[in-house]
Amino acid sequence: MREVAIVAFGQSDHRRDTAETSEVEMVMPVLHQVLDAVGLRAGEIGFTCSGSSDYLAGRAFSFTMALDGVGAWPPISESHVEMDGAWALYEAWTRLLTGEAETALVYAYGKSSPGDLREVLTRQLDPYYVAPLWPDSVSLAALQAQALLDAEVDAEGTGADERTLAGVAARSRTAAEDNPHAQLTGSPPPEALLAEPYLVRPLRRHDCPPIGDGAAAVVLAAGDTARRLCRRPAWIRGMDHRTEAHSLGVRNLTRSPSTRLAAERAGVFEAPPDLAELHAPFTSQEVILRRELRLAEAVRVNPSGGALAANPMMAAGLIRLGEAAAAVHRGACDRALAHATSGPCLQQNLVAVLEGDVR
Amino acid sequence: MTPASPPEALQAPLVVEFPFTRSLGPVQSAFLTGLRTRTVLGVRTTDGRVLVPPVEYDPVTADELTDLVEVAPTGTVTTWAWNPAPRRGQPLSTPFAWVLVRLDGADTALLHALDAPGPDAVRTGARVRIRWAAERVGAITDIACFESYDGAEGGPAVPHRVTFTDPVRGIVAPARLDYTYAPGRAQSRYLRALADRVTYGERCPSCRKVYVPPRGACPTCGVATDEQVEVGPRGTVTTFCIVNIKARNLDIEVPYVYAHIALDGADLALHGRIGGIPYDQVRMGLRVEPVWSEHGRYPDHYRPTGEPDADYDTYKELL
Amino acid sequence: MTREPVAVVGIGQTKHTAARRDVSIAGLVREAAVRALDDAELGWADIDAVVIGKAPDFFEGVMMPELYLADALGAVGKPMLRVHTAGSVGGSTALVAAGLVAARVHRTVLTLAFEKQSESNAMWGLSLPIPFQQPLLAGAGGFFAPHVRAYMRRTGAPSGIGALVAYKDRRNALRNPYAHLHEHDLTLDQVRSSPMLWDPIRYSETCPSSDGACAMVLTDRAGADRAPYPPAWMHGGAMRSEPTLFAGKDFVSPRAGRDCAADVYRQAGIADPRREIDAVEMYVPFSWYEPMWLENLGFAEEGEGWKLTESGVTGIDGELPVNPSGGVLSTNPIGASGMLRFAEAALQVRGRAGEHQVDGARKALGHAYGGGSQFFSMWVVADTPPTG
Repeated sequence: MREVAIVAFGQSDHRRDTAETSEVEMVMPVLHQVLDAVGLRAGEIGFTCSGSSDYLAGRAFSFTMALDGVGAWPPISESHVEMDGAWALYEAWTRLLTGEAETALVYAYGKSSPGDLREVLTRQLDPYYVAPLWPDSVSLAALQAQALLDAEVDAEGTGADERTLAGVAARSRTAAEDNPHAQLTGSPPPEALLAEPYLVRPLRRHDCPPIGDGAAAVVLAAGDTARRLCRRPAWIRGMDHRTEAHSLGVRNLTRSPSTRLAAERAGVFEAPPDLAELHAPFTSQEVILRRELRLAEAVRVNPSGGALAANPMMAAGLIRLGEAAAAVHRGACDRALAHATSGPCLQQNLVAVLEGDVR
Repeated sequence: MTPASPPEALQAPLVVEFPFTRSLGPVQSAFLTGLRTRTVLGVRTTDGRVLVPPVEYDPVTADELTDLVEVAPTGTVTTWAWNPAPRRGQPLSTPFAWVLVRLDGADTALLHALDAPGPDAVRTGARVRIRWAAERVGAITDIACFESYDGAEGGPAVPHRVTFTDPVRGIVAPARLDYTYAPGRAQSRYLRALADRVTYGERCPSCRKVYVPPRGACPTCGVATDEQVEVGPRGTVTTFCIVNIKARNLDIEVPYVYAHIALDGADLALHGRIGGIPYDQVRMGLRVEPVWSEHGRYPDHYRPTGEPDADYDTYKELL
Repeated sequence: MTREPVAVVGIGQTKHTAARRDVSIAGLVREAAVRALDDAELGWADIDAVVIGKAPDFFEGVMMPELYLADALGAVGKPMLRVHTAGSVGGSTALVAAGLVAARVHRTVLTLAFEKQSESNAMWGLSLPIPFQQPLLAGAGGFFAPHVRAYMRRTGAPSGIGALVAYKDRRNALRNPYAHLHEHDLTLDQVRSSPMLWDPIRYSETCPSSDGACAMVLTDRAGADRAPYPPAWMHGGAMRSEPTLFAGKDFVSPRAGRDCAADVYRQAGIADPRREIDAVEMYVPFSWYEPMWLENLGFAEEGEGWKLTESGVTGIDGELPVNPSGGVLSTNPIGASGMLRFAEAALQVRGRAGEHQVDGARKALGHAYGGGSQFFSMWVVADTPPTG
């Protein structure tokens, strides 16, 4: 397999509302960040791929306007997925594996502020049996969390109590104090969090991600090009993504077999990672993912604060890959695991293993 | 909740609303028709599991499923969540629990609402039954919600052999989403100037082209445009068509001319209607100027200035 | 490093129609998928990954509908990607799927594209009431008609060319049992005298709005060896994008289209497309786009495209048959229209196009475009594997 690495990562400051900027005005500075980091112009990039959603924007073909920020002239080789940018990165990665391109620009953005996100996401659900009931995304996550709380705590790590979930929230937002882009930083201790009222029982506000706007971009490069563009490239050793059945009622919500399978295929279990960036918008989902990924206690999970600190839809998964890569770039980690999710209650999951060269 | 945005950025409500017409496959049709007659159907998979609600394709094997069975309207809560503040469109307007319910005779669970006095009255494993809607039309909302139940457990699924008369073939799924649209910095600048009937383009610092309307970036250079340049008000028709069919939601008498107009000083054309001249006399190269209506945000139309037509070579790059 | 050769071993499509009222969205997509699997004599378990594409989610009112479609597409436990590149999406979806095989990430991939336009109304989806924006003054055809006029002005093409294309494509559609429009009694005079909607575009020169889906099974060399019917081999595939609107944009012959064609010909080793390509399936939503694309794709010199149309070269028995399937003018489930072009090109070189088969077609071009004439995707397929 051809060597491909993430050689640059950039993101916007994630904010509850960015009404003062259009999508392209939000995306463009992030594109400049990553292109400047590698000293390339958009026209020198071999392949460009982005991820975004018309339903977030409330407009059809919304991605065509964001393309203005790229400077696609002369015309570029370019594609778009209506998915989180992590899958745009996956598409770009396969493009580099074919040898058709040496470099790729991947970006993603989402503004949740224009709409009511909890309501918008109901439109993702089975349009015949479920969407007509308008079950909002927090409620669905709460169903999953309750299933986890009901499950026996077993040797493999299934099951959790509310104190465990509060611990995830407090750890994530405390870690986010070191992340200048995060939307929600700092946290009272878990015990204090447990004194707060429920939002949708069993979830309290601290168990849920902030709703906000943001953008992210990465540059991928192959082989020697990567070495030339980056002092310590974050080599993609493996990447895979898998899907689960759509209906919550046919799934075991305490498990994520698609994450386990993707991790196996990505080579996660060949050697332990020393850092993991998990796309777990809800605290309970981190517990589920940790078990499927067989993460030991020693692994640093979400030092960026994760999706609990900033969860710009369509970009938050790409940001996990970017944060993991950035940790490799700066020498803070040698082998990182990155995960992205999409769909209700972890329906789709992507797992990647990133490594730096031995120092 | 939402912090005020800087005064220079415009915002306005955007309602995206449509009554979607959804045709149904045979399994869905049978299930929803069954609900209309207070009958709950499931579907049996090739390996014998009973899926309720019945889906068209097996989530494990991808097989097409057709073996309909009938299950009980009673079941067991497999997980729940307390919703203290019901939202638009949800099954109940008072606080309720979202539940996954495995109906007696089924192997999978159905998502719906449970009417309960409070969260302490709900638990996983609770026994519940369907409360039917008074008026049923063949939709998932024919189940009004679930309610607590302490009667006997329903039996296993039994084959469904009845053929429904007048089956439900489709549903209408109205969907309304409310957005707040914000066009961003560059377009807000443009729109504010337009209110004074001044058209500002923005010049790209790199290629020096003038964009109107400006959208925040020079699309060929990928950099912000920020130097405002007044363009127009006159311009040249670069190309056009004659519209003979009424467009949706537009009250304009046909035929009329819809044209691309390159305002003087702009490096690309914008769109407008041409008036003040018979439609069949409009031509490429016609010189025009805007005509404003009292309250319009944009010119109502453009009319001939009387100047000689522009030479093709002067605008062919703007086509 | 070498790419794995990519073969098309299964093709399926629905009978396209204004409204499929007998199936769900899943049922529609599934119908095309099952036909593609049957054509390849494969089952769901043989599929390693699914790549699906469609145009805006608002058309069906389902956000990221692939999540709900996962079960119907046998995607549970598998990778699934969802592509959206406006009107070109059917083509780019196929290219993303082909890339997975070419990169040796997967061996056999199911790719699909669909639109069920009867769930809403295409013009509603395309003209949501965005505040502050000037309303589109002219409906769908009004966007294209001024560019047609610009083409006529630039080339001096006589006004009747568009009618010739429409008549030819509708006649071709009669040979295609899956085509939406089957206008058996249509005459050229009727096309010429049909209402002028957006002058210079007449009613009969516009595409319909369809429910439909298209699916293909793509596989590697080993998969092709096991295929029951001759595969189509991919010799080149390319995508190009340019901005929606910009100073200097050529709407009549966009550079992204020219560059994309040049790239795909280079990959396929084609020096003279007019002579080396035996059949073309191009995305012609309004009749005049045939002569325009003939020039843009290098089949004719600039200004000469209409002459090929006028002289009958693009007829099904001509030297360069264009849209023997009836094309977008006869069938337009927007998200699937691009993949239909790719699939029909593959059917031609497999010799499996039935009554609309072009005799001796060995090399064919599939073409799709979308957005503001800004997104292009193309592939060249042939009846023999690529060399090298």
